[in-house]
Amino acid sequence: MAEKFGQMLLAIVVLVAVVGVLLFLASLARGKRGDVVRSLFFVGPTIVLVAVGLVWPTILTIVQSLRGASGSGALSFTNFATIFTRDDLRQSIGNTAIWVLLVPLLAIAIGLLYAIIVDRTPIEAFAKTLIFLPMAISMVGASVIWKFVYEYKPTLAPQIGLLNQVLKSLGFETQQFLVNGPWNNLFLIIVMIWIQAGFAMTVLSAAIKAIPDEIIEAAKIDGASGWSLFRFITLPSIRSTLVMVLTTIAIAALKVFDIVRTMTGGNFGTSVVANDFYSASFTQNQPGLGSALAVLLFVLVSPIIIYNVKQLREAY
Amino acid sequence: MSAMVPVVEAGGRAPELSSGARRRRGNGAATRTTSSPLATVVAILIATVWTVPTIGLLITSFRPQRDISTSGWWTVFANPDFTLDNYAQALSGSGSSSMLDFFVNSLVITIPSTLFPLAIAALAAYGFAWLQFPGRQWLFVAVFALQIVPLQVTLVPLMQMYGAIGIDGTYWTVWISHTIFGLPLAVFMMFNSIRELPPALIEAATIDGANPVQVFLRIVLPLATPAIASYGIFQFLWTWNDLLVSMVFLGGSARVAPLTVYISQLSGSRGSAWYLLSAGAFISMVIPVVVFLVMQRYFVRGLTAGAVK
Repeated sequence: MAEKFGQMLLAIVVLVAVVGVLLFLASLARGKRGDVVRSLFFVGPTIVLVAVGLVWPTILTIVQSLRGASGSGALSFTNFATIFTRDDLRQSIGNTAIWVLLVPLLAIAIGLLYAIIVDRTPIEAFAKTLIFLPMAISMVGASVIWKFVYEYKPTLAPQIGLLNQVLKSLGFETQQFLVNGPWNNLFLIIVMIWIQAGFAMTVLSAAIKAIPDEIIEAAKIDGASGWSLFRFITLPSIRSTLVMVLTTIAIAALKVFDIVRTMTGGNFGTSVVANDFYSASFTQNQPGLGSALAVLLFVLVSPIIIYNVKQLREAY
Repeated sequence: MSAMVPVVEAGGRAPELSSGARRRRGNGAATRTTSSPLATVVAILIATVWTVPTIGLLITSFRPQRDISTSGWWTVFANPDFTLDNYAQALSGSGSSSMLDFFVNSLVITIPSTLFPLAIAALAAYGFAWLQFPGRQWLFVAVFALQIVPLQVTLVPLMQMYGAIGIDGTYWTVWISHTIFGLPLAVFMMFNSIRELPPALIEAATIDGANPVQVFLRIVLPLATPAIASYGIFQFLWTWNDLLVSMVFLGGSARVAPLTVYISQLSGSRGSAWYLLSAGAFISMVIPVVVFLVMQRYFVRGLTAGAVK
């Protein structure tokens, strides 16, 4: 244990030394071109790290995805053909699509509804913390929590899973929620919604609070109230925030891995693209296929990147 | 991998957050449906659904092993019976590896993985915001855009690189990886607040003879502390809660793997050992939940920065 903390301290010392050297070198820069030299030391480390750690690996992975299942053959599109013809992989793509569709929509709907309801109530801060707290829990922890809610026992046995107890009390047969397809996907998706609704709620709530009073007063004088106030004032005012939340949660849902891995291991028809990527790359020894799945994720994310870069370039 | 990647909003800059709240005090509420009893019922319903699963598992973690498998946790209200045995067993573990090892691993992984990107991104954010150099805007947009590269695309090549330089299987792999993965968002968030600093302040310091490095250390860093802190909390929660990166680079051994990997293994191999799983899950949650509750204000500020115009 002491040895581990020793390594950690060493790492921190290395960091301090590196930053110290960078700042010292930057302070030596003089003259008209000083800023250019200084920027090498300020911006340089980040540029080098992302170039070596993000850009270059992405290029390598794209190349590898074109070299057959083993990742070393001649250039071809075999891996991509495999993805779209193998039934289990096609199912993963379908599942991923359902995740990307349902998680943002439901998380935002619940988050928005809740933000509006608890807005300015005396217990607002506490009520929000309750919903927001799952954000702090790892997806692994959340999976354990919900696996317990879904725990199955035969109908006649005493139940320890809450949901089956509810079913039993209502006179229904108990269910194997995580095994019976296709509904098991939905029960996994609920876990992600449980985590993300707090994020949606927090950001949307801040946006709602930022709507200037004058606008609302004016709308009220014009006779707007309740639903129409929401529909014609609140919603348009937070539109850009809604888009941002939608984007963020959609990306998270696209790459979801931990929940599926921990709750079903991708069995019973619940696998998703990110889980297949892991299996192909690290357990089934098909790095080429794994790379192709990773590239597929990248392709699916890219429209969102392009949209956001456009927004950023307009802003500056 | 956690999902907290606030994508840039049009406008991009971090707003003065309190101003929204300040502006909107008075009688005009954007959405006054609060008074309806139906709304109250819905709110309570949502809050219950969100809270009960966690409470159920928490109660379970304090019940005797035999009780857990024979009766539902909700029966404790009728006949309470609590114990700390599950926690003792989870921590002492079986054979050579105990949960304590994984806990230490989590700490050792998370602390440098938080400090590294904070330091490097603070340098870069200052550079992008206040230094003049060719290609500044393009490089900044490029770094920003890299925010959304899926980690999956980078893992296999990174693993080969780490192997080539001989650090595979060590903490360095996750420290470096988390730093790289965190940088785009870190630079972006800090840039937003560092750029907002009044130029007059920096000019004044320059006239007083401070060079850019001194300006960075004495003016920019102290003033940007809230933004740096709020990103720090993000990065801390993110790396503490990470499963994928650790699984890929560190494997599953008690020597280096973090708690998430351990819990995930436990969940797979001993899916019905609820006395271990429930206690283990809560041990893994203690630190992030405490950090979250204590630093909630900064965390929320980080989330909503750039989201609200």
